[in-house]
Amino acid sequence: MRAQHPHRKRKRAQGAIALAAVMLAILVFQFFRVQVLRSGDYVLRAESNRLRLLPVPAPRGTVFDRSGRVIADNTPGYAVYVLRDSRSATRETLELVRPHLGLSDEKVESLMQGVRRHEPLLVDIDADFSAVAILEELRGHFPGVYTEMRPKRRYHAGEAVAHALGYVGEVTRQELDTEQFSAYEQGMLVGKAGIERQYEEVLQGRRGVRYLEVDASGRIVGSLAGIERDPGEPGEDLQLALDLDLMEWIHRIFPDSLPGAVVALDPADGGVLALYSAPTFDPNQFVGGMSAEDWGVIGRNPWKPMLNRAVMGLYPPASTWKLAAAGIALELGVVGPHEEMPVPCTGGLVYGGEYRACWLPTGHGYLDLAGAIGQSCNVYFYQLGMRIGLDRILEGGTKIGFAEQCGIDLPQESRGIFPEERAFWERRWGYQPLEGEVLSLAIGQGPNSQTPLKMAQFYMALARDGSAPAPHILRDPTPQEGWRLNLSRESIEQLRDGIRQVTSPGGTAYLSSLEYWDLIGKTGSGQNPQDPERAHAWFSGMAGPWGAEPEIVVVALVEFGRSGAATAAPLAAKTADFYLRRKHGIPVDTIQTLGEHWRTGRYAPWAR
Amino acid sequence: MLHRAFFRWAGDPALVLAVLLMTGFGIAMIYSAGVLNIPSPVTEHAWVRQGRWFALGLTAFTTVRYMRAPWFERIALPAYAFSLVLLVATLILGTGGGAVVGVNSFLDLGFIRFQPAEFAKLATILALGRYVATRAEDPTSLGALLVPSVIAGVPLALVILQPDLGTALAFVGILFATLYWAGTPIGLLLLLASPGAALVLSYDTRIWAAFFVALVGAVYFYRYRLLVVESLALVLANLAAGTIATPLWNSLAEYQQNRILVFLDPNVDPRGAGYHLIQSMVAIGSGRLVGKGFTHGTQKRLDFLPEQHTDFIFSVIGEELGFLGTSLALALFMFILYRLVKLAAEADDPFAGLVILGIFGAWLVHILVNVGMTVGMVPITGIPLPFVSYGGTFLLMSWIAVGVAVRVSEDN
Repeated sequence: MRAQHPHRKRKRAQGAIALAAVMLAILVFQFFRVQVLRSGDYVLRAESNRLRLLPVPAPRGTVFDRSGRVIADNTPGYAVYVLRDSRSATRETLELVRPHLGLSDEKVESLMQGVRRHEPLLVDIDADFSAVAILEELRGHFPGVYTEMRPKRRYHAGEAVAHALGYVGEVTRQELDTEQFSAYEQGMLVGKAGIERQYEEVLQGRRGVRYLEVDASGRIVGSLAGIERDPGEPGEDLQLALDLDLMEWIHRIFPDSLPGAVVALDPADGGVLALYSAPTFDPNQFVGGMSAEDWGVIGRNPWKPMLNRAVMGLYPPASTWKLAAAGIALELGVVGPHEEMPVPCTGGLVYGGEYRACWLPTGHGYLDLAGAIGQSCNVYFYQLGMRIGLDRILEGGTKIGFAEQCGIDLPQESRGIFPEERAFWERRWGYQPLEGEVLSLAIGQGPNSQTPLKMAQFYMALARDGSAPAPHILRDPTPQEGWRLNLSRESIEQLRDGIRQVTSPGGTAYLSSLEYWDLIGKTGSGQNPQDPERAHAWFSGMAGPWGAEPEIVVVALVEFGRSGAATAAPLAAKTADFYLRRKHGIPVDTIQTLGEHWRTGRYAPWAR
Repeated sequence: MLHRAFFRWAGDPALVLAVLLMTGFGIAMIYSAGVLNIPSPVTEHAWVRQGRWFALGLTAFTTVRYMRAPWFERIALPAYAFSLVLLVATLILGTGGGAVVGVNSFLDLGFIRFQPAEFAKLATILALGRYVATRAEDPTSLGALLVPSVIAGVPLALVILQPDLGTALAFVGILFATLYWAGTPIGLLLLLASPGAALVLSYDTRIWAAFFVALVGAVYFYRYRLLVVESLALVLANLAAGTIATPLWNSLAEYQQNRILVFLDPNVDPRGAGYHLIQSMVAIGSGRLVGKGFTHGTQKRLDFLPEQHTDFIFSVIGEELGFLGTSLALALFMFILYRLVKLAAEADDPFAGLVILGIFGAWLVHILVNVGMTVGMVPITGIPLPFVSYGGTFLLMSWIAVGVAVRVSEDN
């Protein structure tokens, strides 16, 4: 064989070695490219391969009442996440944990909808400690399950503050689509109602992240301590104008089984001292998702516990609105301070060929403005209404904002129903109003429905100098002017004299008068379309130390309460008394009103 | 004294030392491949099993060292025939357990499971060596390449049917290396390879057309050394290759098609077929210059690397030992290949040289394809890295091959 010649063999050997060398050199060069020249890229990819971001919710801001008592804060809770590589593996794990976490079929299905590759799936926002203990103890049995301490919202005095404060819940998919929540992600807790919703951005804070190390099948291998983690920023704390003790007191004294609302304002700055709606609910139930059963209980309740009657409920203001008519008349100057109406009350008045009755068939006789307010005389107010005229009463009522919202810092508020112009009748009922509509309006009837909050705002103007800032729940020492009645000091005093007669001997709410405080206010009985026998009971008023300016404005509304004097006035009186006693350092007593003193046989030498 | 004994035992101390080093390194890397955050029974004690096969390999090496050289020539053809029987048996009775799912490359004899293809490689090397060495003429005509091509082609086809594309490629390496050593002109080897090239290039008709024109030109250039029949056969073979490419492509299993597509662009299907390649490159690339440290590769620990103790062992090397580790490992391979060629060049017996070059060809293909696929230079095929990848039969046969190489080169 020629090929076996030594020279040829050497050449062949060299060729073979050269071939191998060139091939291996190409490989070495490729390794140089991958491991040295472009390694940065691969280092990053290796990290992202094995690290998963786990959002760490920042603790929500604490909410304090006006004296620094905690209304809402956070306690440690446990969230359960599942992090698997595939949908089927996720489902497998969910099936494993569901008996421990009590997940329903629907819950599992809705969770499966939210599965995103490489994103931890939040399975339970607020798991039971015992379930978490089991999951942690038997970690090996639950691949991809990760539990994490997570601040959980806690509401002190939950039911008392439920409507004002609102509650938090997991952000819904619909919410995520909105502008407000565009930066949020599934599983985050957000304010759903009340202050929690109103100041969501402030309370939420900025959430942090931590890293989990996972293996190729998505099993969690460890949580990396060494790698940078971002704890986020806790939400800001809020101080509210609310008085938590007062809210709890109202919750305690509100008539059982009757719906209604109590609003208390601080006339100094328009701060909301109390905002209570009955029936109420426990916001703590919402934390961590509410069971279908609990939802059913709330949903089936015919009194709609979730409805905040203080700001959403609309009721005919009835006689409590007479003060508005009086205020408008005084501002217009159509009635003098001590001027009596020409026609005395004889139990009724004929107007336009129609007899209009006063509530007292025997009649009130001649009255001045204060007397008419004190007696709630319809005949006087019919004549006052005629003096004001329909156009001017519409204008005046509109200026006070009876067709508006108050602008309280809550996510929802009903606007009052009040005709801003004559066209209102045209729009609603298709006819032009007659001048006589003013008679109904002047006594708080006709097309006029207001929220308890709105009435409180109006009475606050009387407790001040005629101006009324927008009520605010956040403690805000610089109130913003809402609207103003241009009333002289004398006019305001006259209006207050009128409502003082209500709680004076002979007045309808005399039994609600208080020992230490000058409680003045107007009762009212608004027509109840659901039960004509049992009217909605109103009391709108204010109280303060004797001979001093009012320090609290209170409006109480009790649905089916029959008469303002019977149910609403004592409620408002007890509310005002509790607040003022604590404010002025007088021991709180549960026997407060004159009526309570008499019924319990207590000596009341202070009774006028 | 001791080193004398070693010299005598080893025959070629440099080669045997390098191979010993490589096997030890391999066992260490197999150990590391088993160090996972969540250990798997498959890889955890693989290094111990590999150690046992290593002991068996050393025993076999020693046995081979004491065999008489002419004996290898004598058993070449019977061994070859026996290996073909085994390969056919594997096709019928074979079981899985190889690196690739769906490949039945093992024959289970109850007390032992082994891969007949590994045995067939050595048998083919011996048979080719014996056939070529006994021819009076050098295989310098295309016709003379026919029988050697058939000798390599039959086991190749049987292995492809398993279907184990990677191991099949080794037979191509064996054939070309043996023919090269036998003195076949390079041009002729290229012509022999041309139908294969036509097969690959036919994915684009224009490229294939250009290739075909070049081929016709080459045939014309070689017209004095080719018979008319040979020229015709060549042209027809290339035409046929270009034509059957599409049906052949369609007959490939989906995973095989995917591997080729992914080789062209790993990001075609990053979670599916491209997964292995991407994870392998991420592991190697993130190893940087000096690596993450022995047993400390995160990609490996967290199980992102596929087949990390067998076909992708080199990715573990790349991740944990960095560029330093990969280049040193490749340098050691280069040294082993160099020593083989050296042995072949020094051997007087033509049979010895041909056998050693056959071994050289097989290993070169194994190294290039295995290492190349971890960095995306070659499509992914299930092919182990000599002495390093976990795999008993292959380690044993590789050590026997070393023994054969040393033994046949020593004397006549």
